[in-house]
Amino acid sequence: MTEDVNKQEHATLFLGCPEVPVQMGISLYLSHMLRKSGRQVTIAANPSVIKLARVADPERHYMDKMIDLDRCIGDIAEKKRSTDMAILFAHNDAGITYAATVRYLHPGRLVLVLFGRHAEELVSSVDFPCEMIVEKAVHDPVGLKKKLDEVFQWPA
Amino acid sequence: MACVEDLNKEIVLSGASFKEAREYVEAHCTEIYYVNPGFRLFEKHMIGIPPIAIGLEGDMILFPFTKPCYGTFLIRAEHAEEAARLRSLGLKTTKDKK
Repeated sequence: MTEDVNKQEHATLFLGCPEVPVQMGISLYLSHMLRKSGRQVTIAANPSVIKLARVADPERHYMDKMIDLDRCIGDIAEKKRSTDMAILFAHNDAGITYAATVRYLHPGRLVLVLFGRHAEELVSSVDFPCEMIVEKAVHDPVGLKKKLDEVFQWPA
Repeated sequence: MACVEDLNKEIVLSGASFKEAREYVEAHCTEIYYVNPGFRLFEKHMIGIPPIAIGLEGDMILFPFTKPCYGTFLIRAEHAEEAARLRSLGLKTTKDKK
C-alpha cells in the first residue's frame, strides 16, 4: 500500500448507487468486521454514500477512510494507490462496469457482491475473474451477511 | 483541456448498458479507437468494460460515460484538440480488434 506504513492487509470497499437499502447496512458491517480482523479499510463511494456513512457513523467507528469512487479509481490507474483486496458492491449494469474497471486495474483479490432484485440476472454479465457472492437482497441483509461470513471466515 | 462536465455535449444514449453504448459506437462510427479502463479522456479516467470503444467523426468524439446511479451515457462532444490527441496515440483501431 502506498498510503500505509505497516504490513496490515488493506481492503477497499467500492460502493455504488445507494438506492438499494441493504448496501449501506451491509457495508457498515463488512467494514467493521474487516477492521476487527486486523485489516485497514478504505471506502470508495459516490458522494451520496459518503454522506450516508458520515451521518450513520459520525464518530467513524465502522468506516474511517473514505474517498470519492472515481478519484479512487483514477488514483489506482495512475499507480498512486493500491490495495490488497477489492470488494465491490453491484446491483446494476453500472456496478458491473465499475467492477470490470477495477478488475482491469487491480491484479489482486477481487470479491464482487451482486445484490438487489436483479442479482441473479447480473451474473451472466460478469465475464472477468473474481470471487462472486450473489444474493437477491433488497431490504434484508441477513442472507448477504451469512454469505460474507462464509467467505471471510472471521476469526473468533 | 476541457473537463467532461464543462463540454458542450449531446447525450446520444442515456440509462444504457455499457454493452449498448459500445455497440452504438461500433454501428455508427467508421473511425473507432479502443482503450482500456483508466484511460484519460477529457481529464477523467474512463470507467468501462474493456475494450472501451471511442468513436471519432471529424472533431466529434463519441464516448461512454458511466455513473453509478444513472448507468451509462453515450456522449458526443466536439473537441479538436482531444480528437487530435486520440489520433496521435497509436491506439487500437477497429481493424486491429478484428
